[in-house]
Amino acid sequence: MNVIACIARVPDTATRIRIAADEKTIASDGVQYVINPYDEIALEEAVGFRDAHGGSLIVLHVGAEDFQKDLRQCLAKGADQAIHLKTDGPLGPSGVAEILAAEIQPFLPATIFCGKQSVDGDVGGTGTMLAYRLDLPVVSKISTFEVTGDTATCTREIEGGVETVTTSLPAVLTCEKGLNEPRRAGLKDIMAAKKKPLEVKDAQAPTTKLVLESLQLPPERPEGRIVGEGVEAVPILVDLLTNEAKVIQQ
Amino acid sequence: MKTGILIVIEQRGGEVKRASLEAIAAGLGVAEKLGGGVSAVVIGNDIAATAATLSGTGVEKIYTVEGTHLEAYSTEGWCKAATAAAEASDAGILMVGATTLGRDLAPALAAALEAGYASDCTGLDVENGNLFVTRPVYAGKANARVTCTADILVVGTRPNVFPANVQNDGTGTIESLAADAAEIRAQVTGIAAATKGTKDVSEADAIVAGGRGVGSAEGFAVLEKLAEVLDAAVGASRAVVDLGWRPHSDQVGQTGKVVAPTLYIACGVSGAIQHLAGMRTSKVIVAINKDATAPIFKVADYGIEGDLHEVVPALTEALQTVMQQG
Repeated sequence: MNVIACIARVPDTATRIRIAADEKTIASDGVQYVINPYDEIALEEAVGFRDAHGGSLIVLHVGAEDFQKDLRQCLAKGADQAIHLKTDGPLGPSGVAEILAAEIQPFLPATIFCGKQSVDGDVGGTGTMLAYRLDLPVVSKISTFEVTGDTATCTREIEGGVETVTTSLPAVLTCEKGLNEPRRAGLKDIMAAKKKPLEVKDAQAPTTKLVLESLQLPPERPEGRIVGEGVEAVPILVDLLTNEAKVIQQ
Repeated sequence: MKTGILIVIEQRGGEVKRASLEAIAAGLGVAEKLGGGVSAVVIGNDIAATAATLSGTGVEKIYTVEGTHLEAYSTEGWCKAATAAAEASDAGILMVGATTLGRDLAPALAAALEAGYASDCTGLDVENGNLFVTRPVYAGKANARVTCTADILVVGTRPNVFPANVQNDGTGTIESLAADAAEIRAQVTGIAAATKGTKDVSEADAIVAGGRGVGSAEGFAVLEKLAEVLDAAVGASRAVVDLGWRPHSDQVGQTGKVVAPTLYIACGVSGAIQHLAGMRTSKVIVAINKDATAPIFKVADYGIEGDLHEVVPALTEALQTVMQQG
């Protein structure tokens, strides 16, 4: 069975978002783009799965911008092959899933790892939509993953608890932080990765189902104030919380 | 686009989740402007009583899809059941509370119905007969306003944003739909409740969060005491989670949870951009930090410059006194 990891390109989480003049995109100057943090976790899980169960690990990326350096990183971290499906225009999860599904078909049967969401659009739909298109079961937001034969037992955090989800394999798994600790590539791995296949292909962008009308910054919070220093300020704070903000019930 | 609205209800053990009532309220608000009716679907096993509790909420029709294979949640089983209700109701808009279950089910539903999917929305408005959805992106650093070009739109409503006041005199009728057998390959096989006494940051009305300034895992004891007095959850910054002092489930911020409690007390949290994104819509923010130049003070309504290990115990004691007076 092959193993697939799907990788998105997102602004680093330390980015201060500014809106571009078109009011539909973010100003990209000065923004550092990185592999989506949840996809780093998906890649790590995929490497471990491939090491334990064999098969080839293929990394797939859909997007408009050059991503060679980061895809090489994925190869250095253990992927066998990387494919960049080059598109233009905004896609959204359904569009990305459509392109990924077509590319993955020849690699089936395959178990597929995605991040639980990308930290730009924050939708969390690609993995599930991909599973639907490939007629595979899906377990979203997994925090643990254990394989016995052709069954996997996963856990995911829910409101006020943890649930166990059991799935047959192959499946699509979307990964939550805490599942593993993504590795750093060593120098030797980085050198070896230069010889691994990295392909850039054109992909047809499907029509989007959602149209973005505008992108706006949220309203600023009103300027706050430091009410005092050290324990002497505690009575002042308690008074403000009780009588001004009215969030403490006497 | 078709104007009918279908609310997909989340129930656990027969109890309707608050997020589903919020989705009903949001749906009724949209229906008023779009002119369509609102129906709901309850999925599970032995759920007639649950469906009946919804008859006075303003929904015109409550579909039930029942079967032993729907007792435990599965994406595949519930998706098929909800799809049957979508077809029966001829809805153009499906709404679901964007809880963990809702966020699991909604994209599957969107795929099955070839619908658009607007997840985790915080605003719904109608202009010239078109529905516009506002949803936070970049963990709330920006808001996107989107509209749908497909025949069907699946909307996830972010919990705690829309009011859940849906009581009216209406009497919704109940209609049972056949539950076709579904191929279920992935299914919930167990649920463990969180340790008693621990509150989930995504559900808490007050949060006491700690950052690197707390100093150690043991240092969180003072925050836990304050949280106990306030009936609050304990949250953590990414730095603290990465250091292994707190579990990831406590993390607030861009790779953790986005929260909006009534009261957020940040202790020893410097205020990295990705953390601020996750808590900036809290109603009242308090910051306690040694460093008066820490960015957290820019978003805090009230700040105390000082050592949290002195300030927090004093605050705990003072609040305890005030709250006992009542």
